[in-house]
Amino acid sequence: MTVASPSVPIHRATSVRTLKLAEAIFVPVVALIASALIFSLFLLVIGQSPLDFFALIWTGGFGSSFSLQQSLQRAAPLILTGLAFAIPARIGLTIIGAEGALVLGGLSAAAMAIPLVSGGAPVPITWIFMALAAMAASGFWIGLAGWLRHYRGVNETISSLLLSYIAIAIMNFFVEGALRDPASANKPSTMPIGDAYRIGAIPGTDVHWGFAAGILAAIALWVLMSRTTFGFAARMTGGNVRAAQAQGLPVGFLMVTCCVIAGACAGLAGFFEVAAIHGQANASLVAGYGFTGILVAFLARHNPLMVIPIAILFGALAAAGGLVQRRMGMPDATVLVLQGIIFVVLLASDTLYGRIKFFQADLRGDRT
Amino acid sequence: MSHINLSRRSLLKAGAAGLAAAALPVGWAQAQSPLTIGTVYVGPRDDFGWNQAHSVAMEILKKVPGVTVIEEENVAETDAVSQSMESMINLDGANLILATSFGYYSPFVVELAKKYPDVEFRHAAPLWTDADPANAGSYFCYLNQAHYVDGVAAGAASPSGKLGFVAAKPIPSVLSNINSFLLGARKTNPNATVQVIFTGEWSMPVREAEATNALVDAGCDVITCHVDGPKVVVETAEGRGVKTCGHNASQAPLAPNGFITGAEYKWATIYSMYADLLAKGEPLPNFVAGGYHNDMIQNTPYGAGATPEAIAAADAAIADLVAKKPIYVGPLKDNAGNVVIEGEMDNYDPVLDGMSYLLEGVVGSIT
Repeated sequence: MTVASPSVPIHRATSVRTLKLAEAIFVPVVALIASALIFSLFLLVIGQSPLDFFALIWTGGFGSSFSLQQSLQRAAPLILTGLAFAIPARIGLTIIGAEGALVLGGLSAAAMAIPLVSGGAPVPITWIFMALAAMAASGFWIGLAGWLRHYRGVNETISSLLLSYIAIAIMNFFVEGALRDPASANKPSTMPIGDAYRIGAIPGTDVHWGFAAGILAAIALWVLMSRTTFGFAARMTGGNVRAAQAQGLPVGFLMVTCCVIAGACAGLAGFFEVAAIHGQANASLVAGYGFTGILVAFLARHNPLMVIPIAILFGALAAAGGLVQRRMGMPDATVLVLQGIIFVVLLASDTLYGRIKFFQADLRGDRT
Repeated sequence: MSHINLSRRSLLKAGAAGLAAAALPVGWAQAQSPLTIGTVYVGPRDDFGWNQAHSVAMEILKKVPGVTVIEEENVAETDAVSQSMESMINLDGANLILATSFGYYSPFVVELAKKYPDVEFRHAAPLWTDADPANAGSYFCYLNQAHYVDGVAAGAASPSGKLGFVAAKPIPSVLSNINSFLLGARKTNPNATVQVIFTGEWSMPVREAEATNALVDAGCDVITCHVDGPKVVVETAEGRGVKTCGHNASQAPLAPNGFITGAEYKWATIYSMYADLLAKGEPLPNFVAGGYHNDMIQNTPYGAGATPEAIAAADAAIADLVAKKPIYVGPLKDNAGNVVIEGEMDNYDPVLDGMSYLLEGVVGSIT
C-alpha cells in the first residue's frame, strides 16, 4: 500500500485511492479478456467456435436465474477454501492444506452430530455444535502447520500438504471403522444426520446457506485484516518477519492464529458439505475444493473481499463446463485449460501494477 | 441390438397413444417429446474401466433414431452431480437421467427425483427401495459371474496356479468378485490360490502399480483387479510378462501378449430396454438386476494369453451361468477356517450382497 505520502494533500489522496481502485479493476479485466483471446485461439486450433463456447459459458454460468444459482452454489465452498489460503498468505505463509482441513471438518461435524441427533437435540443447537466441532478440528489441524513453521522451522507448505493427506486418511479410518453406518455397505459413510437436521437453501433460491456464511466470513476477515491492529500486525509480519520481530510483535502468535483462522474457514466449508449437501461424512468430501481454493485466493491477490467474485467466477466456469461438454462434445479438461490460462495470465498481469502511466501520473508531481 | 425398434414413426405413434390414454401414469406423456438421455460419469469416458463400459453402451444408444444422448464426465459425487443433472433437465430437456456412479444416489438422485417428478432417474447400483420416489430406480449387474469365468480361464492358463488380485476396498461387491474368481480358478485347478492386495482407494494408480509388481514378485502369473480403471494394473502386468484378466470394460488392447479374458458389463442391454420402453410410452422398471442369464454381462473375447483348455473351460462355465448354475456351492470356509456358506446359493441370493469374508484359498486379509 502506497497510500498518500504526507506531502499529498487530502483531495489528492482520495483521487489516488480512486485511481488505485480503477487500476485494481482494470488490470484483472484486461487479463480476463486476454485469457479469453488466447483460449479462443486454442479453440480455433481444435476446430471449435469461440463464439459458441463463450455463449455457452454465459448460458451455463449466468444466463438464467437457474444458472446463476448453480454458480453461486458451486462458489460456496470455494469462498471458504479461498479464504483458507488467503489469510495465511497475508502473513507470508503458503498453506495448501485446506483440502484435508475441509475433510477433517466434515468428519468432525458428522461425528458431533451422531450423539446430538440420536439424543434428539434441537436443530439449531446441533448445527452450532457441529460447526464448532468442524472449525475447532480443522483450525487445530492447520494451526499445527503454523506452529511447526514458527517453533520448529518446518516448511509450512510441505507440512500442510502432508497434514492434508493424513486428514483424509483419518477420515477414511473412522468412516470405514468406528463411525461407519452399518447400512453403508458399499460406500462406507457415517450415520446420516437425517432430513430434519439438514441445512436447507436460502429462501427463494436453491443456494444453500454456506454461500451466505462464506460471504459473511469474507467480510469479517477483510475487516480483521484491513481495519484492526491484529490485521496490521499480521500484514507487517508478512512483509518482513525480522522487522516485525524487532518491533516486538508476537510473530508466533500471529502466525498460528492466522493458520487457525484458515483451518476454521476450511472446517466451516466441511461442515456445510456435511450439513447441507451430503448429510453424512464419506469419501465424497474429497472433492478438490481445497485445491481450487488456492487458485481462487491467488487470483483474488489474497484479498478476502475479492475472494467472493473470483469464487463465483470459478463456480460459473464449473457450472458451465458441464454444458460445454454436453453441447459441444468437448472433454471435461476444456474448462481446466481455460482456468489454467486465466491463472497464468492473471499472475503475469501482476507486473502491470504500477506500470501503467495513466494510473500513476498524479503522484509523480507531488513526490519530492 | 435386435429388439430395439425405435423409429420416428413409432415415437409419433407412442405420442398419439399417450394423448389417447390420459390414464397413463404421471410422467409418461414425456413419450411425445423426443427422448433426451442425460448420462453422468464420475471419471473420464475413456478410462478403460467403469466409465468406459457405460460410454460404450451410450454409443449404441446414440445411433437409435429419435434418441439424443448428452453426456458429462468427471462429475464428482457431491452437489456437482445434482447440478449437472438439474442442468441437463432445465437446459437440455433431458427426460431420462442415467447416474452411473455409486455415490450419486443418496441424497442427490433421490432429492432430484422428488423435485422433478416428470423426469425418470436410473442409477447404476442396487440402492432403490420402495421408499424412494417412483420415478427413480436402480439397475445393476452381477459382475462376479464374469469374474468367475475369468477365474475358470485363469486357473487353466496359469502354470503355477498362483493368481493375483488388485482390489480397491474390502466392500461386499469387491469381495464377491475376488471369491468368485477363486472359485472359478479352483474349477480348473483345485490347488489354485488367489493373493489379494487392497489399495484402499478406487483410483490410486501408483499403488495399483506397486501392488501389481508385488504380486508378480510373489510368484503370481495371472493378475486381475477390481479398481475403477484397470489400465495401470493390466499394463504393468503385461510389462512384467505375466497374464492378465480384465475388469469393467475391455482392456484387451493393453495386453497383446498376456490377456486371457475379462469381466465386462453389458449396459447396452439395459439402456436399450429403457429407450425402447420410453418410446412406447411404457413405464420403466424401478429395479433391474441381472447377469449372464439375461445378457447383462459378458466376457471380453479371448486374448493371446488364453490356452485352448482355458477357452474350452470358460465357454463351458459361461453356458453353466446362462443356465443359472450356482457359483457358491457349500460347504465353503473363509480363509480363517469358519464355515460361511452351508449349501447351494442362488447366484442372485441377496445374502451374497452382504459378503464380508475372503474364502479359503484367498491369501490376504480384509482388515
